[in-house]
Amino acid sequence: MDQIDGHSLATAFTPLAGLTGGILIGLSAVLLMGGLGRVAGITGIFGTLLGRWKPDNAWRALFILGLLAGTILTSLLGGFDSDSMKFPGNPLTTVVGGVLVGLGTVLGGGCTSGHGICGIARLSVRSIVSTAVFMFFAVATVYMLRHVIGA
Amino acid sequence: MDKLTALLSGLLFGAGVTLSGMVNPMKVQNFMDIFGRWDPTLLFVMAAALAITYAGYQVVLKAPRPRFALAFIIPSLQGIDERLIGGAVVFGLGWGLTGFCPGPAIASLVFGYWPSVIFVIAMAVGMMLARHLFLGTDETQSDG
Repeated sequence: MDQIDGHSLATAFTPLAGLTGGILIGLSAVLLMGGLGRVAGITGIFGTLLGRWKPDNAWRALFILGLLAGTILTSLLGGFDSDSMKFPGNPLTTVVGGVLVGLGTVLGGGCTSGHGICGIARLSVRSIVSTAVFMFFAVATVYMLRHVIGA
Repeated sequence: MDKLTALLSGLLFGAGVTLSGMVNPMKVQNFMDIFGRWDPTLLFVMAAALAITYAGYQVVLKAPRPRFALAFIIPSLQGIDERLIGGAVVFGLGWGLTGFCPGPAIASLVFGYWPSVIFVIAMAVGMMLARHLFLGTDETQSDG
């Protein structure tokens, strides 16, 4: 594990692992809708857990528990090597970025899962617009970081 | 069965973001670096997840109600407003800066690296702040 300032480190392009992981994420979303009638959006699930306790929070807590368990299980089975992890930026950018992600996702009503996957799969115009906007600004931010400021 | 379904759904989600490498924020940030060290993997993750979710929703939403609940809770928000756009801009800045979005960030906690921990704490603070400032406690004001 390293936290790197400024310059980037390459990662391997892994389309097969990407497709397989994407299929699992899709199955998760379909299962949650077919079983509980809920959108698999992490902003909604985690954000609601942070608020006042609601009677139907049990499924949200169990989903997050499953999310952590699925991550541990996958890495134990050799599906991911956590030694390969690299964290861009420094402690300050990590705190600032975290606050921005928290503010932005709750304000905008969703993140990569709720808007980017579940919302677009419902052909929601709001989700398509949201995803286009956050993707664009993420790319622009990285361009600024790596090719303008860090150049 | 409803409890088991929630747990299993979370398990699949965690396995998906981990197997695809999306828990590694450098891999995600490299996806955004189209003009540099581009790693297009995230595109394949999104495409597969979208295809499965689109097809699966077509099937399960034909039922009168979900298997283990009374009704489908589908976001009812309509129209493009400042909050949607402003939120997406702010989220995009933070996502680009760190390579972390909420799901993979929470998943990455299990590896015990401190950037994951401080990111998730900061994110939780941001979420509570936004709920406090803009939303009250109305859960229906969300798309996901």
